[in-house]
Amino acid sequence: MEYMTVLKELSELTGVSGREYGISSYIANIFREYCDKVEIDKFYNVSGYKKGSDMAGKKIMIMAHHDEIGLLVKSIDEKGFIKFTNIGGIDSKILLAQEVVVHGSKDVYGVIGAKPPHLLKPEEAKKAVKMEDLYIDTGLSNESISKLVSIGDVITFKTYPFELRRDKLSSKCLDNRAGVAVLLDIMKRLSKLNHNHDVVFVATSQEELGLSGAKIAAYNINPDMAIVIDACHGEIPDGAKDETYALGNGPAIAIGPNLHRLYTKKIMDVAKEENIAYQVDVEPGNTGTEAWATQVSRSGIPTILISIPLKYMHTTIETVQISDIKSTGKLVSRFVSEL
Amino acid sequence: MYIKELTELNGVSGNEDEVREYIKKCIKELVDEISIDSMGNLIAFKKGKNSKYKVMLSAHMDEVGFMVTGFGESGVVKFATVGGIDERILPGKRVLVGEKNIPGVIGSKPVHMQEREERNVNIKLKKMYIDIGTDKREETEKLVSLGDYVAFYSPYTQFGEGLVKAKALDDRVGCAILIEALKERYEFDLYACFTVQEEVGLRGSEIAAYTVNPDIALVVEGTTCSDVPGVEKSEYSTVLGDGAALTIMDRTSYPSKNFVNYIFELAQKSKLSIQFKQTNSGGNDAGKIQMSRGGVVTASISVPCRYIHSPVSVMSEKDFNSCRDIVIAVLKDLGKNQQLIENMKRI
Repeated sequence: MEYMTVLKELSELTGVSGREYGISSYIANIFREYCDKVEIDKFYNVSGYKKGSDMAGKKIMIMAHHDEIGLLVKSIDEKGFIKFTNIGGIDSKILLAQEVVVHGSKDVYGVIGAKPPHLLKPEEAKKAVKMEDLYIDTGLSNESISKLVSIGDVITFKTYPFELRRDKLSSKCLDNRAGVAVLLDIMKRLSKLNHNHDVVFVATSQEELGLSGAKIAAYNINPDMAIVIDACHGEIPDGAKDETYALGNGPAIAIGPNLHRLYTKKIMDVAKEENIAYQVDVEPGNTGTEAWATQVSRSGIPTILISIPLKYMHTTIETVQISDIKSTGKLVSRFVSEL
Repeated sequence: MYIKELTELNGVSGNEDEVREYIKKCIKELVDEISIDSMGNLIAFKKGKNSKYKVMLSAHMDEVGFMVTGFGESGVVKFATVGGIDERILPGKRVLVGEKNIPGVIGSKPVHMQEREERNVNIKLKKMYIDIGTDKREETEKLVSLGDYVAFYSPYTQFGEGLVKAKALDDRVGCAILIEALKERYEFDLYACFTVQEEVGLRGSEIAAYTVNPDIALVVEGTTCSDVPGVEKSEYSTVLGDGAALTIMDRTSYPSKNFVNYIFELAQKSKLSIQFKQTNSGGNDAGKIQMSRGGVVTASISVPCRYIHSPVSVMSEKDFNSCRDIVIAVLKDLGKNQQLIENMKRI
């Protein structure tokens, strides 16, 4: 798989939580290449079914969310400037002087502005800028923008995928398009590997809004076990070592009450046998991932969580390393094949 | 319009070579002589048909940016700002490092990992770093050296109703207008000065003005524009789309009243949109040129730029065109009636 190209393309798609209509049909088309059957549900979860070799096999669900954080049009002022709020967790400190696309009846380009620094009072300058003090400048008058953009339209960051050294990619929403890339990688690998059990790949919606897509998908699919693929915090100079995972050292496998102990041990064993490097993510409670919702679906689903280290989460420059995506794909497909 | 090419080149103060080379290529056939001085100012001379006076046009080639000051153990690059940059805008921006334009991003701690008290204060420049993807200090040191220049990455983008987003509009707009002005021939001797190091203290223009020793000088700039939400109308320095902005007074210069009034009236007569810059903050090369040798009659005219000194500065093409047309109209008019120059010098 041309990992870098696939990942760049996935990060360029628009899929703000709750508005996954476009991205879901795009992903469904890719899934169709490798799956026997593809469905999109009411929540825009995309499920791809791949039959196992054993007629009496069980059902394994592998999920990664395809939605992304974004902004939402709140109001348009008399000069045409747009006020906005956030969808998903966004630090307003990273929004100044960013470029965005407002998805109205047409896509409209804009930049995020605020009161210029030389006009700030000293006490204002010290405090972090608040979202209510920011606005989007589309260069259009109120009359022109009102024809294109309505209250409630979503806004994404403008994507400029940046290839860094050491096979790293920096772009928007690699949380969790990197996970979606892993789903594609597993599909391709499983086309060549024997697997007894049926596998259902799910690109889920609305993760950033409280795991809604995963709740619906887990209920609808009702699998015998679930593997959640998401992003975890990558190691950065100013981050606590025990909360972060180095890029390039393989996926982080989570241990804790949210995760099924035996399957978690099993996937670690597979990693050791296959010489795939991994890191251990100790999660004493809520993992904050779709594993949390999936574990308690219906009568309960044994769930494991595999995370891709990602730096600068929920910014315009989320950064991952390609080797981690490859090794996550390899590890999960080996695991599924051995079950 | 030259602006796309000019703004996509990097020329942080002290490292204007790329911009200078591009300008040199553009004007080679348009001028009689090109000289480059010890600091890197490019001075283009265009002989007049009837040379009695020396007129200096000035625009600076440099832009704000960064320099590499050190390395972290994890391979990140530490940096200092070159020129005035609001450090609040830096987290999450893309940059190009060094002569090889190595892509990098300005990293900061994700919101999930910030303590409550960290969330409400701005991230300090000292805590920021550039991530080029390397994992170790030694690896970075092979690619990047102390003192390497770093520039914002921001492709030229047209948007809205005739607007442009780019980095370094301050002052590549001036450079573009000077190039356009050199396409005409005038009565007097014209010296178009593309200066260096404006952003670090108006350094290049000081020696360029001494060298040229002009009778009169016009500085062409990109200036602030604060006509945005959260700002009282009385605090608008300029208004986007209202035309070129003429400086009455700022922190560095006090332009000649006669020259300013002359430009304003000529623009109005020629039906070219013009506005006064309504603040005395900011400053530019006019400050040094005005004080050169025994003093020079000086004025500055600018293209208003929102979000100036950021990777997303915004201008209106209409304002650019009016600024260019006014500069050319002034030169033509002064040429036709060189006595005007003499009169302005006498005040």
